[in-house]
Amino acid sequence: MRSQGSNKWRVLGSQILICVCGSVAAFADPAAPFSPTNIFSPASAPADSIFGLSLFVLAVTGAIFLVVFSLLLYSVVKFRKRQSDDGREPPQVYGSNQVELAWTIIPVLIVVALFMATARVIAIVQKQTRLDNAIEVVAIGHQFWWEYRYPALGVVTANELHIPVSDDHHPTPTFIRLLSADTDHSFWVPRLAGKTDLIPNHPNSMWIAPHQSGIYLGQCAQYCGTQHAKMLLRVYVQPRAEFDRWIQQQHQSSAVNGAGSPGQRIFELTACINCHTVRGTVANGRFGPDLTHLMSRDTIAAGAAKNTAENLREWILNPDLIKPGSLMPAMQLSDQDLDALTAYLETLR
Amino acid sequence: MSTESIAWPSTEAESRSFVDQIHEWVATVDHKRLGILYIVYALLFLLIGGVEAIVIRIQLIRPHNNFVSPQVFNRMFTMHGTTMIFFVIMPVLFGFANYLIPLMIGARDMAFPRLNAFSFWMMAFGGLLLYFSLVGANGLYGAGNAPDVGWFAYAPLTSQTFSLGHSTDFWTLALLVSGFGSIGTAINIIATVLCMRCPGMTLAKMPLFAWLNLVMAGLVILCVSPLTAAQIMLLVDRYLGGHFFDTQAGGSAVIWMHFFWIFGHPEVYVLVLPAFAFASEIIPVFSRKPIFGYAVMVGATVAIGFISMSVWAHHMFTVGMSANANTFFVLSTMAIAVPTGIKIFNWLATMWGGKIEFKTPMLFCIAFLFQFLLAGLTGVMLSVAPFNWQLGNSYFVVAHFHYVIVGGILFCLFGAFYYWFPKMSGKMYSETLGRLHFWLFFIGFHLTFDFMHIPGLLGMPRRIYTYEPGRGWDTWNFIVTVGVFFQAIAILVFLGNLLWSYYRGQTAGNDPWDAWTLEWSTNSPPPAYNFSTTPTVRSRRPLWDLKHPDDPDWNYE
Repeated sequence: MRSQGSNKWRVLGSQILICVCGSVAAFADPAAPFSPTNIFSPASAPADSIFGLSLFVLAVTGAIFLVVFSLLLYSVVKFRKRQSDDGREPPQVYGSNQVELAWTIIPVLIVVALFMATARVIAIVQKQTRLDNAIEVVAIGHQFWWEYRYPALGVVTANELHIPVSDDHHPTPTFIRLLSADTDHSFWVPRLAGKTDLIPNHPNSMWIAPHQSGIYLGQCAQYCGTQHAKMLLRVYVQPRAEFDRWIQQQHQSSAVNGAGSPGQRIFELTACINCHTVRGTVANGRFGPDLTHLMSRDTIAAGAAKNTAENLREWILNPDLIKPGSLMPAMQLSDQDLDALTAYLETLR
Repeated sequence: MSTESIAWPSTEAESRSFVDQIHEWVATVDHKRLGILYIVYALLFLLIGGVEAIVIRIQLIRPHNNFVSPQVFNRMFTMHGTTMIFFVIMPVLFGFANYLIPLMIGARDMAFPRLNAFSFWMMAFGGLLLYFSLVGANGLYGAGNAPDVGWFAYAPLTSQTFSLGHSTDFWTLALLVSGFGSIGTAINIIATVLCMRCPGMTLAKMPLFAWLNLVMAGLVILCVSPLTAAQIMLLVDRYLGGHFFDTQAGGSAVIWMHFFWIFGHPEVYVLVLPAFAFASEIIPVFSRKPIFGYAVMVGATVAIGFISMSVWAHHMFTVGMSANANTFFVLSTMAIAVPTGIKIFNWLATMWGGKIEFKTPMLFCIAFLFQFLLAGLTGVMLSVAPFNWQLGNSYFVVAHFHYVIVGGILFCLFGAFYYWFPKMSGKMYSETLGRLHFWLFFIGFHLTFDFMHIPGLLGMPRRIYTYEPGRGWDTWNFIVTVGVFFQAIAILVFLGNLLWSYYRGQTAGNDPWDAWTLEWSTNSPPPAYNFSTTPTVRSRRPLWDLKHPDDPDWNYE
């Protein structure tokens, strides 16, 4: 019911948009997003209501533009000095209180309408109460990657957030608590929700209730240092069963797979363990991403590269090759050690 | 362009040595010379800030480009923003205010000529300090780095932990020093406008230019002071063990944001009110009508001044303020659109029924009206907090505020350059080059900043040195970069026009535009004492009264 209604609204909205602002309309097709990060193709609850409001605002501002621009164009054409000008000054008009009153009151009324529509959506988004069956995630921004913790589910992962689809009959929204370990960051996945900043010593929160499964992209939207540009966001919205399987897989220990391998020895004898955790081993650092289930992720370096053996090897050899300015040091390993270490990491499934 | 080359010819100039002339400029307390110093200084920094913009845009012309490193890119956008706001637009506006206010109100100089000189040199040294970071920021090693914390320098990126070396100190001190200069100039403008008007010129008979600059100066005092305080707090944090913004010791990053934006948003009006002032002088003269609704224009200006002090946190909608706080700042921000809209309507009504002459200054002002309308409307979109959660910190915002600052303020400024160049230099500029400048810049502006909105709508955040392919951003970024080159060529045409006209232009005469305010009643360029006898006025358009003794304005005001 609700989703049908909102689809209708969206189609209607798109039509208004086409009338008002042709160039933007091309991007406002929810079925085939022009870009994976298009704010006009929402796939989740807060982004939906923002989209609805933005259409209203675009329609109002578009109408104002058309009226005032027409007046400007008309006066520039109509009142231009003609070739045949007689050289006399035009009638000197000093003002008119009635006219001034008119163009004061009309904008005030427009502002009131815009304000009420806005206040309503602010309340909808910010005063949402948490449901009992909501998924709870703590997102921690680091220079230049994302840490995700699911306190109720006992899962810790990095850079790729997994959440379930929230359908209308059994809503399972996700509430995200936003913390920062160092500087300011901002969590922005445009098709799911607006952005909210992660500020050290200032916990924030946001929620999303996606109604379509898929991979949603975004990136850090608050300048946070050298590699702000490659602090990418990937959100995997999965059907509930698939999400539960993922949680189960994250619970399993991966440490046994490569236990005793030469790669593991190198990992545990170098500085790797100061920053990284592999649960079930001595590695319990928290400065860098948790690597327990590294191979369950599609990307490395906060989405900057695909998670392949070559990329992993290159990343360990010299992180600056992929992400100049990242805080992981080049480990100065020999070719042989590098191969062994890469082989070990590939066992962390 | 050296300061020496802009010196207007005087009968004694030839007999004095080069060193003497330089000394006269350095030691001057004349408001006209200081005004020109401000303007020339700002033009130099405009070139530097422009080159930084070009570097930024070349890097972003395609995804995964390697023109500059991320470190260099971050320094470029920090320096571009800081330079353009603090060392281009503010000085150039102060320059015009300095030059024109005494002439327009029939005074012989500013109220405090020595404070005036002091303020200019503070600002000048602030700019030099900022760029000295390129040499000195790493301390003794001699190889420096420009600041890289962004022009609003959010904490805790500016703390010792995240910003090693001295680059942030140079940024802080540059703004601190130039901030004192700005406050000095603001005090001077207020005192001049309130105390130095010629006989007959009541507040209600002042040119709008003086009114707008008066409100601007009031805003400078109110908004630059918190910025200065915040810079001192940052220095205390960095060197004296303070914890104002040190989040790891319980400080607050959000406090910095409040301090910065209580400066930062009124600052937008500090920059735009003088631009309105130019438009309010130029549009009537080239429409051949008095400004429509003078009293309402003054009222709207004062209203903008007041409301602008209560809108700052609309820069912080994504910071996690309460729903109530967000709602308040939505309302105050939308409210400021009303007086701003009234101004646009009054300018339109001034043109309505007139005989519009499309001279270069008027072309720039008409383009300003069109662009400022659009900038205002995208501003209304951004004031809608939920929409802002999507648009904030994206390229949409970058496009919006460049629409205000370039499409609004800079277009008015170019109009002002052409309009008052004959008065300042005594020479007429080349109308052909002026039109060429206008059209090149107009095309370049729209290529760059119209298309810059789109990647923002498609999720591209600002301040990223590179971006991933496949997000639908590539084409738009390419077009944006192409537009920059049109603008760069236009700026060169503009500077060429100024230089050529100064040396080869025709003599302009005292009143080339058949205008109505007092500055056109004296010589071009004006003598050091401005007016040989103190003028007396009876209306807002004293020269209209002189030219139309049968139908003077004071019958109607």
